[in-house]
Amino acid sequence: MTKPTVALFDYGSGNLRSAFRALERAGADVTLTSDLAAARAADGLFVPGVGAYAACMEGVLKSGVDAVVRERAASGAPVLGVCVGEQILFEEGVEHGVQTRGVGVLEGRVELLDAPRVPHMGWNTVAADQGMALFAGIDPSERFYFVHSYAAKAKPEGARVATAVHGEPFIAAVERGPISACQFHPEKSGDAGYALLTNWIKDL
Amino acid sequence: MTVAVRVIPCLDVDAGRVVKGVNFENLRDAGDPVELAAAYDAAGADELTFLDVSASSGDRATMYDVVARTAEQVFIPLTVGGGVRTPEDVDRLLRAGADKVGINTAAIARPEVIADIAERFGNQVLVLSADVAAGRDTASGWEVTTHGGQKRPTGLDAVEWCARAAELGAGEILLNSIDSDGMRQGFDLDLIAAVRAVVNVPLIASGGAGAAAHFPPAVDAGADAVLAASIFHFGDVAISEVKHELTAAGHPVR
Repeated sequence: MTKPTVALFDYGSGNLRSAFRALERAGADVTLTSDLAAARAADGLFVPGVGAYAACMEGVLKSGVDAVVRERAASGAPVLGVCVGEQILFEEGVEHGVQTRGVGVLEGRVELLDAPRVPHMGWNTVAADQGMALFAGIDPSERFYFVHSYAAKAKPEGARVATAVHGEPFIAAVERGPISACQFHPEKSGDAGYALLTNWIKDL
Repeated sequence: MTVAVRVIPCLDVDAGRVVKGVNFENLRDAGDPVELAAAYDAAGADELTFLDVSASSGDRATMYDVVARTAEQVFIPLTVGGGVRTPEDVDRLLRAGADKVGINTAAIARPEVIADIAERFGNQVLVLSADVAAGRDTASGWEVTTHGGQKRPTGLDAVEWCARAAELGAGEILLNSIDSDGMRQGFDLDLIAAVRAVVNVPLIASGGAGAAAHFPPAVDAGADAVLAASIFHFGDVAISEVKHELTAAGHPVR
């Protein structure tokens, strides 16, 4: 049996080494690429992202991968966004009063977390809606590694979501059709993250 | 549904090898940072910190290699500190596979570097590491020092400095009590509480842990995470014992 192919899209954002190895370990044939044809052709497209929303969107727009994400959303081809790579799938992000348009395959905006301690940094539990493929077989007591100050707070229509609480409830993961996304870092979440990535890859 | 208290072992790495004795069973090579990182991951560490003590001697390439090999094998967050001076240093460490980067002396010399790094990479990557000692001439009674254990004074009030660093864009404070370090008498709780009162970024307590029972009071005083080196390396206290104590004290752990 051939392994599903995953394009880990490099638009100049952060540490991709862990994501690469974690995807590989979870059973994917991974390519690190900034080539749009490769991003179109892969069974799964992994969109990373760290840092500021505006800076990430600048990289995304420059690379042209926003169009590929929208094409894949329309044609039913799987996409997994992680951390700011999750946030930019929403319609917009607001950081330091600056509004930035996102890729917009999920409705909603990303805003500052209202919490006594920001960034939200560390291992937290999530409450996943029934039937989420990402969390199949994962015990609800498992914790995932978060590091972020901003988050989407409203559930996109027709989506299944996992929520976490830090000061207030927010969207920790979301699934709708081919689009999957996590605010936390599965590639940094030990065995729980490995289980989640394995779930995504086996459905590709 | 609250974020867990993180328990973080810290490894001093010199020219690609772990320094200070490490006494772990079932290790092929106790001096290999990658193998130790994997052992700590298996033992339940929530995060790892590498302190590059060779940084000033110019042997950086070795550290990038260690970071890269660790990131490929260990799937928990990795912070790397020591000798970080510029946004370019941060960029190289992040590309090698670090998740966060610690900065200390360079930020004291040029505080704007905190803002430069935070603007470029986001404040979540930047850990301000403060080595603190008692200082009679500062308002709080604590002073920031440089060059690790050498306690070189700076005249900077430690509590004010932490507040300023957080304002400039540090996403986390690693608060290391130089006076408590190695004494094994417990963390400096007054210092933790004083810094907690002025910052809302996460606070990592370091320096002074000698027993598992020393950890919950640090969290009660306001720490979000606890860091230790020798008691873990020598096998005196297991990470699981620390987590057990934290749980018993009502603090969430992973």
